[in-house]
Amino acid sequence: MPLNILVLAKQVIDPEMPLSAFKVERENRRVSVPSTLPPVVNGFDENAVEAALRIKDGQEATVTVLSMGQGFALEVMKKPLSMGADTLVLLQDDAFLNTVDSFAIALALTTAIRKLGAFDLIIAGRQASDWDNAQVPLAVAEALGLPSVTTGKKVEVGDGLVTVERQTPEGAEVVEAPLPALVTVSNELGQPRYPTLRGIMAATRKQPVIWSAQDLGLDASDLRPRVETVDLYVPVTDAECELIQGEDEAESGRLLALKLREAKLI
Amino acid sequence: MDAVDSTGVLVLGELEDGALASTSKETLAAGRSLAGGLGQPLSLCIAGADTDAPAREAVAHGADRVYTVTNLLLAEYHPELHLEALAGVCHQTKPAIALMARTTAGRDLAPRLAARLGAGLAQDCLDMSIDPESGRMVARRPVYGGNAMAAVVCAGTPQMASIRPKAYEPLEPDPSRQGDVVPLEVALDPSMKRVRLVERIEEESEGVQLETAGIVVAGGRGLGSAAPFKELEETARLLGAGIGASRAAVDAGWVPASWQIGLTGKTISPNLYITVAISGASQHMAGCSGAKVIVAINKDAEANILKEARYGVVGDWQKVWPAFTETLRELLG
Ligand SMILES: Cc1cc2nc3c(=O)[nH]c(=O)nc-3n(C[C@H](O)[C@H](O)[C@H](O)COP(=O)(O)OP(=O)(O)OC[C@H]3O[C@@H](n4cnc5c(N)ncnc54)[C@H](O)[C@@H]3O)c2cc1C
Ligand SMILES: Nc1ncnc2c1ncn2[C@@H]1O[C@H](COP(=O)(O)O)[C@@H](O)[C@H]1O
Repeated sequence: MPLNILVLAKQVIDPEMPLSAFKVERENRRVSVPSTLPPVVNGFDENAVEAALRIKDGQEATVTVLSMGQGFALEVMKKPLSMGADTLVLLQDDAFLNTVDSFAIALALTTAIRKLGAFDLIIAGRQASDWDNAQVPLAVAEALGLPSVTTGKKVEVGDGLVTVERQTPEGAEVVEAPLPALVTVSNELGQPRYPTLRGIMAATRKQPVIWSAQDLGLDASDLRPRVETVDLYVPVTDAECELIQGEDEAESGRLLALKLREAKLI
Repeated sequence: MDAVDSTGVLVLGELEDGALASTSKETLAAGRSLAGGLGQPLSLCIAGADTDAPAREAVAHGADRVYTVTNLLLAEYHPELHLEALAGVCHQTKPAIALMARTTAGRDLAPRLAARLGAGLAQDCLDMSIDPESGRMVARRPVYGGNAMAAVVCAGTPQMASIRPKAYEPLEPDPSRQGDVVPLEVALDPSMKRVRLVERIEEESEGVQLETAGIVVAGGRGLGSAAPFKELEETARLLGAGIGASRAAVDAGWVPASWQIGLTGKTISPNLYITVAISGASQHMAGCSGAKVIVAINKDAEANILKEARYGVVGDWQKVWPAFTETLRELLG
């Protein structure tokens, strides 16, 4: 039996965009960027795809990518397919307008996961770079009654167990959990692979499975947010920077040291 | 959970080497102000094998009441057993607000607990207050890597928030404060453990600990390779400083991941933070907003870090740093 791996991936606005493009619409309590700036697959979710593909490199496995959103840039969301994932499932509906509420997202994902049937391992990103919640995967694990391990940098599967090396503030730890389980991964996992030409060709031919809220038996009242945004604004920084400038750069360095001494900081 | 009979603020406490964790003391300070706003009591719960001493510490740091779940199974932190214990305490005590620090354990426990209780959770909060009109908690938190701030309100009960470490200062402990200690029973058994710790790999760190360092020196992508970090380390030793890095330097493999400062790295709050060839992306700044004085050495006068720094040098670190270090050596000599 091939291993059945599910990857949770979110479409987000590009966190590397120039700040000048980032607009906070305070009255609508939302962020907008010009339509010329394409969204991306959340960075940690590309790490999640990579983690799944590394497992698939070593044993028979299928990788299904699952995403929930109001609308998708298909060419962006197909990137995991071109990296080597097998199937893309998009939960797309106008009712999914609140893609910042972890509860609503987790409910839609959980319902879809049940509908997809049996799987062995769910891999997600540690957090989505829009609201930095780090919450959806744990809510999914709780709803499905799965053991969970977060911030993995190495994920291995064998003998009905998943073994995860995870980053901690003190170093690392290795933990294991029986399958089925949920694991989130972080950038320490390493660079996601680049799509190959063959992968890109294969991805072009593949069509995503698209499910609406109705297909999942959910309506707007099920998806009512548990956390409501009452204000959204750009924080102000009031730092006043004193530039230290000498005759040349070496002297600037010297003056900086003297300045810190004078300010009793060292 | 029923909102009607829910009352009070509950801090979900953590232990560190048998004592109440400093982050739990910070969370008590946050809880104290919310409890004041509500005119309701502040409680803390601890789950562990030995809860007497930390219970006394919690009272001294502002708790009116301490709920203890004392069980040998809780001697070591275990995600599933501690989750079960905290959920049991919430079910029995029905808090209106439940708070936890966003520590390694908090990151795992708070979202699962919220899901289990059917509650809303505001993550990574810097500041919370009670809206006088609605009596609900309003939590402020950075989003989009810190490029925006959101104020959020949780529907339902308990209203939950996880708090970024160092966002609140612990209250001055008062050993004469009085509080009740209420032992609670939560059924736990070893079969609840599914996740198993196989091995802990501690990095040997001879240097100063980043989280508590008074001075921190950090380098970024502009250093170009691993070697310059040796120079930074030498200066750090001179200053008795901790050493850190941006994510770009970590991702390049120049330094260990435990050096990373920022949103997905460590949170630091030194008196002096010296950055070298770091651009100051919001996700980096998220980890050092508690620094009293930031110094930036960057060759780009437009770099964001110079907008957030108190002192800046625009220049090539390769020329600035040796002279800076040499002068320090003379001054501190
Ligand atoms: C979800 C998410 C989470 C993240 N979490 C973190 C985090 O926790 N911590 C973190 O740091 N980042 C984090 N990042 C990444 C962050 O957005 C930036 O990409 C990163 O901080 C950039 O690192 P840097 O400043 O070293 O590199 P760069 O942005 O490339 O800046 C290098 C700087 O060096 C300067 N420079 C170059 N050469 C020299 C020279 N010779 N002398 C002097 N100056 C020079 C340049 O002018 C430039 O300002 C995160 C990103 C995302 C999307
Ligand atoms: N709308 C979504 N669709 C699919 N996966 C998601 C979605 N939102 C969050 N996730 C997954 O959950 C992780 C953490 O997201 P968050 O809890 O929102 O920070 C992400 O890295 C994804 O793996």
